[in-house]
Amino acid sequence: MEKLIRNTDKKILLMSHLVLGYPSMQANQEVIAAMVASGVDLMELQIPFSEPIADGPMIARANQSALDNGFKVREGLAFIAQTIKKHKIPFLIMTYYNILMAYGVEDFIKEAARIGVKGLIIPDLPPQEAGQAISWCQEHGGGSLDWIQLMTPTSSDARLAEIGSKASGFVYCVARKGVTGKKTDFGNELAQFIKRCRAATSLPLAVGFGVKSHQDVAQLANLAEIAVVGTAAIKIHEEHGAKAVGEFFAGLR
Amino acid sequence: MKKGYFGSYGGAFIPEILHETFQQLTAHYEAARNDPAFWAEYIALMENYSGRPTPLTFAANLSAKLNKKIYIKREDLNQTGAHKANNVMGQGLLVKRMGKTRVIAETGAGQHGVATATMAARMGFECTIYMGAVDVERQRPNVFWMQQLGAEVVPVTSGSQTLKDAVNEALRDWVGSMDNTHYVLGTACGAHPFPEMVSWFQSVIGSEAREQILKLEGRLPDRVYACVGGGSNAMGIFQGFLANKEVELIGVEAGGKGVHTSQHAARIASDDATDGVAQGYRTFFLQDKDGQMLDTHSVAAGLDYVGISPILADLHVQGRVRFIAANDSEVVAALKYLMKNEGLIAALESSHAVAGALGEMTDMADGSVVIINLSGRGDKDIFTVADALDDPGWKQFIAQKAKQYAGESS
Repeated sequence: MEKLIRNTDKKILLMSHLVLGYPSMQANQEVIAAMVASGVDLMELQIPFSEPIADGPMIARANQSALDNGFKVREGLAFIAQTIKKHKIPFLIMTYYNILMAYGVEDFIKEAARIGVKGLIIPDLPPQEAGQAISWCQEHGGGSLDWIQLMTPTSSDARLAEIGSKASGFVYCVARKGVTGKKTDFGNELAQFIKRCRAATSLPLAVGFGVKSHQDVAQLANLAEIAVVGTAAIKIHEEHGAKAVGEFFAGLR
Repeated sequence: MKKGYFGSYGGAFIPEILHETFQQLTAHYEAARNDPAFWAEYIALMENYSGRPTPLTFAANLSAKLNKKIYIKREDLNQTGAHKANNVMGQGLLVKRMGKTRVIAETGAGQHGVATATMAARMGFECTIYMGAVDVERQRPNVFWMQQLGAEVVPVTSGSQTLKDAVNEALRDWVGSMDNTHYVLGTACGAHPFPEMVSWFQSVIGSEAREQILKLEGRLPDRVYACVGGGSNAMGIFQGFLANKEVELIGVEAGGKGVHTSQHAARIASDDATDGVAQGYRTFFLQDKDGQMLDTHSVAAGLDYVGISPILADLHVQGRVRFIAANDSEVVAALKYLMKNEGLIAALESSHAVAGALGEMTDMADGSVVIINLSGRGDKDIFTVADALDDPGWKQFIAQKAKQYAGESS
């Protein structure tokens, strides 16, 4: 994905996020189309899990609601395959490790590679546990399926270096402590943190957690290659529908 | 073996943001474990505050009826009425060493929440307890005590609104608050070092029981029974006998309405659980084919949980601990039997151990020595126990009380 990300004249790329099956896959389809039409550059599709420990209350509820509506992983993967055929932008899967385990970790990675997924974000599989999964991504993805590493402000420089050494595609920088969806101060502290990330990797950086306005994105444009927008978009979809989500993204940059 | 692993189980499957927090916790735990002064301080505190050592009571009437020598380890006599005190006081001392000022905890039925709230009051920490909204409704008396003790009780409305969701919510607090906050996990589950650390604090049960039975009987027991939810009381007592292969160790899980129904919480004693990773660790989980956790059921809220200690998962695979299940109806019968014959009111959780042992008495030679771990007392859970016993007099009393309160508020 690194080439794709570098090959742009936009000041910053936008990566959006949505929870599959919430409120329905039908609705997902509309939102994805609206996001792509309004210029979203990359998209994270989250496969729901019953124990989403790294997500905030909003996304956690979306996970549960999708499961209550009968979401199944195999149907979700089929939906992702269709989506990738329909839209040209890179799609990533975000989910938790148990979903891969239940499917068969290697089989899941093979399937992701086969349908053209560009990256996997698995927040509860830390680098020291992910060795095998990373080599399967390389083996089955032929260089086009990246295992996305996460860097956080609490990580020491040594830890960031370790993470950086295993990263490919881009690195997802968690802008602050806490879970998804809360307010982030995109000030000095963030700049300091991004500086530490740059020292640990030469890959493009995506910054997420709490990005929700034009002003946030403008500030990030000087710091990172990708701004990640998750909870804010879910909220707008809940309150105003798919069209409003498109307008929201169109106005972010 | 990799650090924090027990066979294939355990590990630390945590968001990166918590990596340093777990490193710090592990370092403090290891330093405490290598410091004899820490354990001495812990034992002195438990003697003075929680009435340790707890007795190993000879169950004279049961023994005479069943031609066995039955002993009961009295964890019900701890501060707040259960073995939970051993864990929270130990972690409390560690929190002091780490210089943190706030503790958070998950709770199911409320036992661990109450225990944590007493520890926080005693040691001067701020305290927030996460409890499933369903459990808050069901366990009002424990909510009352937690609040009286000065803790904030946060009802959790995500997921199935029970224990596992309370764990997730506590983790969500922790990823934002780790600088001043310690998460007092209530059982021998979760990411490393929790399974090992909680088991270490609970090992006080097994050390005492071993010494006591040697003094009383001059030999080790033939069998030791303990109930298993997350597994901390079982790990506690089993550790006293793990090295002696001739002592049979039996974990009793919640059979609910039967392990062949979908309403139980038996991970090992049913065929329903499979290898998985959730809530920070790898073990056997009750989950569907997609890896989504299932709803569990038990008459005992403290055993109503999808996972099991990775240490016990490994002891099962090794064949060192045998697992059986006791159904709700067997458990209620055992609770009554122990009350009538020995005057001991066991918690519904602990009554699983009693039911498991009583169900296997005929397999044992006369004169066999058996220890049952009575992990908690039942009298403080009067609402739950009265429900389980379906007592008409109690219902009438509550109806009257409700009328009286309704009159006051109108």
